[in-house]
Amino acid sequence: MDVLTDNFSLYAEGFLGTVELTVYASALALVLGFLMASFRVAPVGSFRVFGTVWVTVLRNTPLTLLFFAVMLGLPRFGLVLPFELFAVLALGCYTSAFICEVLRSGINTVPRGQGEAARSLGMSFSQSLGTVVLPQAFRTVIPPIGSTLIALAKNSAIAGAFSVTELLGTYKTLSELGYNIVWTFVWIAVGYLIITLTISALFNVLEKRWGVAR
Amino acid sequence: MTDSTALYDIPGPHARRRHLLYGVASTVVILALAGWILHLLFDNDQFTSTKWSPFLYEGIQELLLEGLGNTLKAFAYASVLSLALGALLATGRLSDHRVLRWISTLLVEFFRAMPVLVMIFFIFVALKVQALPALVAGLTLYNGSVLAEVFRTGVHAVARGQGEAAYALGMRKTQVMTYVLVPQAVRAMLPAIISQLVVALKDTSLGFLITYEEFLHAGKLIASNLDYDLPFIPVVLVISPIYIGMCMLLSWFATWVARRERRSPKTKAVDVAPAEPETLLPGPQ
Repeated sequence: MDVLTDNFSLYAEGFLGTVELTVYASALALVLGFLMASFRVAPVGSFRVFGTVWVTVLRNTPLTLLFFAVMLGLPRFGLVLPFELFAVLALGCYTSAFICEVLRSGINTVPRGQGEAARSLGMSFSQSLGTVVLPQAFRTVIPPIGSTLIALAKNSAIAGAFSVTELLGTYKTLSELGYNIVWTFVWIAVGYLIITLTISALFNVLEKRWGVAR
Repeated sequence: MTDSTALYDIPGPHARRRHLLYGVASTVVILALAGWILHLLFDNDQFTSTKWSPFLYEGIQELLLEGLGNTLKAFAYASVLSLALGALLATGRLSDHRVLRWISTLLVEFFRAMPVLVMIFFIFVALKVQALPALVAGLTLYNGSVLAEVFRTGVHAVARGQGEAAYALGMRKTQVMTYVLVPQAVRAMLPAIISQLVVALKDTSLGFLITYEEFLHAGKLIASNLDYDLPFIPVVLVISPIYIGMCMLLSWFATWVARRERRSPKTKAVDVAPAEPETLLPGPQ
């Protein structure tokens, strides 16, 4: 118990670091994932190819390798950014591939008649996608997007090993200070549980509010 | 082409011309981007012979191969053990005894909600275990719990009549499970199981963070060699295709199995899962 009360500020800093990483990376992942999903269903061939390559490559890349390449590789091109930004970039791009797949399978659950009706009203591709198909797809993708974002929150732990301030990284300081390692980890675990269960609860609320069974 | 989509009409001559224009323009942009990156790499002297010469030495090739071997070793241990743990936890969750069910539900939910890396670090730092057992144990706990959920979903996905018919023939629960439900569930869930193994393969790279001498570690050793002018980018360019290629092969295998199983008459009573990593919210479903 002492471990938490004595080092509350350290834990709080790490906790907020993880939350921050999760929020920013989620935003990036959602935007990029949305973009890639619309690429993957676009009528133009080269967009489709680009989207497919993006998803296939990123989904099969170990996240550690991506972090390794981004964190240690980009600075060699003179691109010097804070580590947090690199971490958000790596996490966001990685997760965007999964978000894209979730959105695409969500689009596929919308009955064909909906898109056909939109088209027969003379709507363009972006109109029928944006005002007819996606709002319906959104309702079915709430739970899988929640799972993907939880996975993102958990994956953010890897950033700690690349000298970004976050929850898991606090163990190093604390073990140097000589605190009991087991209790240090217990409180880290509690922190992660709080984050993942919050996201899960949030998405359960969203699901109750907007979700429909199709 | 993609006639599954109803998002746009079959393009007429006008739209086809416009699409062709978009296609050409975007291809040019993508190629220009690729060219710019290549130019940056050349500009940065990443293709000098000093930086690429290390890959010619047998010692370094052996170092890389050894790292790859260690990665595959961790993957083999982790996948076998997590399949075993998954089967055990799924049995617990499907048990008729309430206590067993509660315990296994608690374990599954906890290990699914924890980041793998936290478990690996805990085992490595707090329990002071060697790097390989720590990595394998962490991966096993996580993937085993996820696989337990996959197995359980599979058993529940088998059409109800199958189990009822088996009970009606006078089979015991163990017999119903082993002869009727599990064989069909495993067939149906095979793509999802293989996809989870892809996750395990990807996560073996976490061993890098606890200084397990795996593939990335070997790469890091070469990349920090001053004799070759710190060949970091060449190392990444060599390592990532191998890593990504391995995962892709396994993913494609999962998709292939999914397609095959869907056609098989043996999976009539159950829906075959798509070849995607399991995505379920933690907490009671």
